[in-house]
Amino acid sequence: MGIVQALFPPGLFTSSFMQNAWLAGTAVAVLSALIGFFVVLRGASFAAHAVPRASFAGAAGAVLVGGDTLLGLAIFSALSAFGIASLASRRDQGQTTALVLMAALGLGSLFLTLGGAYAPEVYALLFGQIVGISRVDVYAILGLLFLALLATALLYRPLLWSSVAPDVAEAKGVSRRRMETLFLLLVALAATAAVPVVGALLSFSLMVGPAAAAAYFGRSPLQALAIAVLIGVLSIWFSLIFAYDTGLPVGFFVAAVTAIFYGLGRLWAWLWQIERSIGPEAA
Amino acid sequence: MLAFLASLLAAPAVGTALLIGSFVAVTSGVVGVFVVLRGQSFAGHALGDIGTTGAAAAYLGGLPALYGFIGVGILGGLAIEGMGERARGRDVATGIVLSLLLGIGALLLYVMTQRSDATGGPVAILFGSIFTVDPSVAVPVALFSLLAFLLLGFLYRPLVFASVSPQAAKARGVPLQGVGLLFMLALAIAVEESALVAGALLSTALLIGPAAAAVRWTRQIGQAAALSALLGLLAVWLGIALAYQSYFWPPGHRGWPVSFFIVMAVLLEYLIARIRPARRAARAAEPGEAA
Repeated sequence: MGIVQALFPPGLFTSSFMQNAWLAGTAVAVLSALIGFFVVLRGASFAAHAVPRASFAGAAGAVLVGGDTLLGLAIFSALSAFGIASLASRRDQGQTTALVLMAALGLGSLFLTLGGAYAPEVYALLFGQIVGISRVDVYAILGLLFLALLATALLYRPLLWSSVAPDVAEAKGVSRRRMETLFLLLVALAATAAVPVVGALLSFSLMVGPAAAAAYFGRSPLQALAIAVLIGVLSIWFSLIFAYDTGLPVGFFVAAVTAIFYGLGRLWAWLWQIERSIGPEAA
Repeated sequence: MLAFLASLLAAPAVGTALLIGSFVAVTSGVVGVFVVLRGQSFAGHALGDIGTTGAAAAYLGGLPALYGFIGVGILGGLAIEGMGERARGRDVATGIVLSLLLGIGALLLYVMTQRSDATGGPVAILFGSIFTVDPSVAVPVALFSLLAFLLLGFLYRPLVFASVSPQAAKARGVPLQGVGLLFMLALAIAVEESALVAGALLSTALLIGPAAAAVRWTRQIGQAAALSALLGLLAVWLGIALAYQSYFWPPGHRGWPVSFFIVMAVLLEYLIARIRPARRAARAAEPGEAA
């Protein structure tokens, strides 16, 4: 009984801020795993890391002008997605991703200095917080999840094709450039939802970790997608419980738990001598 | 103008910043050319972030931040290089290593914010400013720069070969794995010393920006490295001068962050290089990104 009580102390499910955290966290995990599936498929972890990180500048800008943080996150993640998509040529996406990220972070440091932002507010946005999620945030995040589900349902086939066999997709009339832009906008959508909960530094863990682990377990793309969502949801639930128990930042637990799942995936693949079912080299 | 330059050079913090900033700009500029040619921008950026975890650990353990940056940077670099199954598998491997180490870094930085004696630490580590650098790190930074250059000199021929056409290099018996690991070591040193001096943000900007601009100007690797170092120096000097000047700008003598100016200078260099029609330079950038 002792352990159970220590793991599930009173208020974990009943206090209103934790209810918001459970709702928002679960929605964010589903959304991130969904988009993360395509991130791993396309080998786009850098973009998945850069977009949420760049959106931090938007939050800092919102603090400076007294605007809405979520709106600032949305504007800057969309801008950075467009920036990466429009600057990148096929051969140098990493460079342009790095430069777009630098531009955003440079602006972010300027906004922080000019705004004289209160430090705990900055830390919360960097490392994630579970106490600060309001009911309005929950509705906004659920709205973003709905949008992402709709977009993925509509774009699933062309996105899958352009990810695993871009040349074939191009021949079938699926524009590589347009798909890249749409994909990055989906990453921006996931980032906007995830940053308030998990933090700007570790939002990409929820995108890359579950999908990278699922690549070892799933035997087909759809199976891998479903397993990624499952792992993502489990990861955020574990993380919320641990964060509530210990008072430590939720981002740390998300990074640790998703890394453990990835390690299990590699172990599984090693035991059964299997290759990843999705990812650039499986194509 | 002259009076401004004189006052700039008279301030001791500016002198230190110019000196150490120059070391870092040259080292990052030269190493960056290979990073761009090998398509390792993500790894180069990840190492800067990873180093902050080491710095936080060193801070909590009472060790000099430099060793935290370099130690964890080298470990992270080896993990990235070792875990990536094939060239393209590195993307996910880099993501996972970065995610885990950043997570641990978040935990350590959080612990620091809870300790009353270390509240300024996280800000110093995350947004380190070149103006607050302790002059005593100049000697170790110079030594590490030297080490990075020695490694590059030792690796030069096989590295160029392996970077420009890995298949041909493999066929000729160049040990790709060994070259990759040793280059990762040089990369970790270059990135971590600039992360220490100027923060993780600037370390990526100085590594990728000048090099990406330089390989658009020339296809010859030696020339690209020299040009990249020069562009890096220019950005750092310009950034420091403007940041110093900005104490007289609105709002209210707080000064604008030096990292903002350096990043914007680097971006400007890159955009100018991009506007120029890239005919001959195109081939130099060709091997490009795996991502």
